[in-house]
Amino acid sequence: MVSCCQEQRRPAAMAGKGRGVGAFTFNIDALGIGRGNMPEARVGPSPLFPSTDFKPVPLKAGEDEDYMLALKQEMRGTMQRLPYNIKPQSNKAEVERYTERYLKQSQIDDNEWTPDWNLFPKELMPRRKRPRAKTGTKKSAKISRKDAENILTKLDELTNKDDPEKSDEETEKKPGNEDEEEEIEEEEYEEDIEEENDYIESYFDNGEDFAADSDDNMDGEATY
Amino acid sequence: MTAQEVRLCGLLLREHFGEVVEKVGTHLLKSGAQNLRTIIHETGLSVDLVKKSLCVLVQHGASTFSSGRKGPGSPTEYHASCDRILRILRYPRYIYTAKTLYGDTGELIIEELLQRGHTMMSSTVKTVADRLTQNMAEGRTMDYSEVSSTFSKLVETHFLQRCPPLPRVGNKDSSAPSETPATPGTPAAPVNTAPPTPESFPECYKVPSVTLIGRGKRQLASEDGEEQRSAKRAKMDPETHGDEGIYWQVNFERFHLHFRDQTIISAVANKLDQTSSEIVRTMLRMSEVTTSPMATCTKPLSANEIFRSLPPSYNILRPILDQYLTLLVDDPMEFVGKAGESGGGMFVVNLHRALANLARATLESVVQERFGSRSARIFRLLLRKRHLEQKQVEDFAMIPAKEAKDMLYTLLSQNLVQLQEIPKTPDYAPSRTFYLYTVNQLPTARMLLQSCYKTVANLVERRLFETKESKRLLEKSQRIEAILASLQASGAEPEQLTEVEEMITAPEKQQLDTLRLHINKLDSAENQVDETIFLLESYINSTNASS
Repeated sequence: MVSCCQEQRRPAAMAGKGRGVGAFTFNIDALGIGRGNMPEARVGPSPLFPSTDFKPVPLKAGEDEDYMLALKQEMRGTMQRLPYNIKPQSNKAEVERYTERYLKQSQIDDNEWTPDWNLFPKELMPRRKRPRAKTGTKKSAKISRKDAENILTKLDELTNKDDPEKSDEETEKKPGNEDEEEEIEEEEYEEDIEEENDYIESYFDNGEDFAADSDDNMDGEATY
Repeated sequence: MTAQEVRLCGLLLREHFGEVVEKVGTHLLKSGAQNLRTIIHETGLSVDLVKKSLCVLVQHGASTFSSGRKGPGSPTEYHASCDRILRILRYPRYIYTAKTLYGDTGELIIEELLQRGHTMMSSTVKTVADRLTQNMAEGRTMDYSEVSSTFSKLVETHFLQRCPPLPRVGNKDSSAPSETPATPGTPAAPVNTAPPTPESFPECYKVPSVTLIGRGKRQLASEDGEEQRSAKRAKMDPETHGDEGIYWQVNFERFHLHFRDQTIISAVANKLDQTSSEIVRTMLRMSEVTTSPMATCTKPLSANEIFRSLPPSYNILRPILDQYLTLLVDDPMEFVGKAGESGGGMFVVNLHRALANLARATLESVVQERFGSRSARIFRLLLRKRHLEQKQVEDFAMIPAKEAKDMLYTLLSQNLVQLQEIPKTPDYAPSRTFYLYTVNQLPTARMLLQSCYKTVANLVERRLFETKESKRLLEKSQRIEAILASLQASGAEPEQLTEVEEMITAPEKQQLDTLRLHINKLDSAENQVDETIFLLESYINSTNASS
């Protein structure tokens, strides 16, 4: 008698199905929440900008912070003008140059830098065989002291080569660094690419720049 | 390398080096070490651009290269370092610290080195002297020797270090200059997987004997600066100053140690008073050279030594010093500990414990600002008491049951609090299991660090968005400024100037002002979130070292 009364009073632990959706398989009091305290069901995704009860603390303001702010903004500006900032090649329209005339020319730092190839792997050197492989831009060639020697040695070598067109363009633009010490595997690898691009260049004339890395339109050479 | 870190690294690279470098950098970060061919193929950029970007990344130390995995013959692999790119966020702080320690000269030296990655001493000295000369009064120039001496001081205190020479790979002939020591036996050794740290080279902090005699040159303002400069450069013979091939870089770890010390000192000043912070500063200064970067605490110092080394402006009596030291030892933040009785008492500064306590204070303050002071009380309670049941939380925190439950579940849903199950029976029956709430400091700190990275990334994106929205207006104002400057330089009348100034209308000016205010706020916020990032990172790294 007593046992069956007890059974009835126990919440429907084992027979959860059919006895109501809110029935649980365990004693809910152990977690400390009652039936009535359940949070309401979600009706959709949470809002993108929920309102917060507590607003954020205001920023610190003082001399140090102001100075560091100025430093940060200056550094950002400077680094965007340094040659380390590589811009994706884009055709510079006429409008660009007009405004640039008014910007302080003296602010434009030396636009090229040559890394010390002793510290860098040789495969990162720009290749000089390809006429489009130039690290310079169309600004007047500023020949740095290091590359003055390079130009001289290159001129000597190029006199031995048999493509006179390319040698002219080479010396006009800022030459890449010498890469005589290339290893054989790198040469093979580079020749691979050279072949592909030579093919495209000589036999196929797009009319527009196909390769993204040429600044000015090299249609002088491509049209046959 | 979490998603948030990669996103932030990408934004930082974009802001400072352009989108091309961003693309290459994020690709390397996401896919680990790769060789050149794969990078070109997968990013879809041209060979030239990829090569240039890699050069830039290596120049700034964001990427390292090593011979491939398959042995000395395989192509070199490039590996990007997330931590190093995230340091860009902290550049203003490094420069400012250099300014406080070594004046304007030090500030400019560090700024040059940070902007260029690594440079030679001679070129840095020349550039800095020129810049200082620009800002000096007419007729005065900066001597190279002054700048060199500041440079040497920076090297002596280890703020600058030499770049490690390349590990010679395979059959490449070693063309390292004679000054840098080549590590013996590297060419024949098998491929070493870990890149050598700069510290592993014995001459890391040795200043080369450089012959630098001269003064800074004042750059003349001219319209066609290009032609002039190229002429000047042809004249400037390629002088070698005896330090070819020795490159210097900023030693970030040393700056971090300095920041850590500053944080501890200012925490002591906030909690106790100025004199106690001076005592702690003295102790840290005395142990600067004897403490290794990863040490848990400084070497023990006797009270007698501390008394002798106090700065002369603080002439406190000996018994007062003892009282202060006792106070510091008894403080619950455990900055200073007692390590013995000889010499009037041996005291140490507990570095790791101080960092842990500071990180804990940061977590508590975050909970307080986000969820209110009562939730913060629950959080602190759980930190101290480790594991508590639901009922115990309500009792100890003295908060009514309903609200306590609500707050606990909010914290649980934000993952700041975890639930630990302790079963009484092997079948984990819920009615016979203890459910305890707990807080684990280290995982919570990591989680908070990730959300800090996300915060900074959001701030940067918002700033970029605001700039893009008002791009037209900004360009217009820039052009007008440039026109004004050129007019002033060529000596125009005030009427012309005002005419040009009026080209910007009043509402536009207002718009510009609001824009400027927003951008400043966002930038300043980035700097300040970086302080929290530094604290949490130091704490997490300190637990790594000791575990």
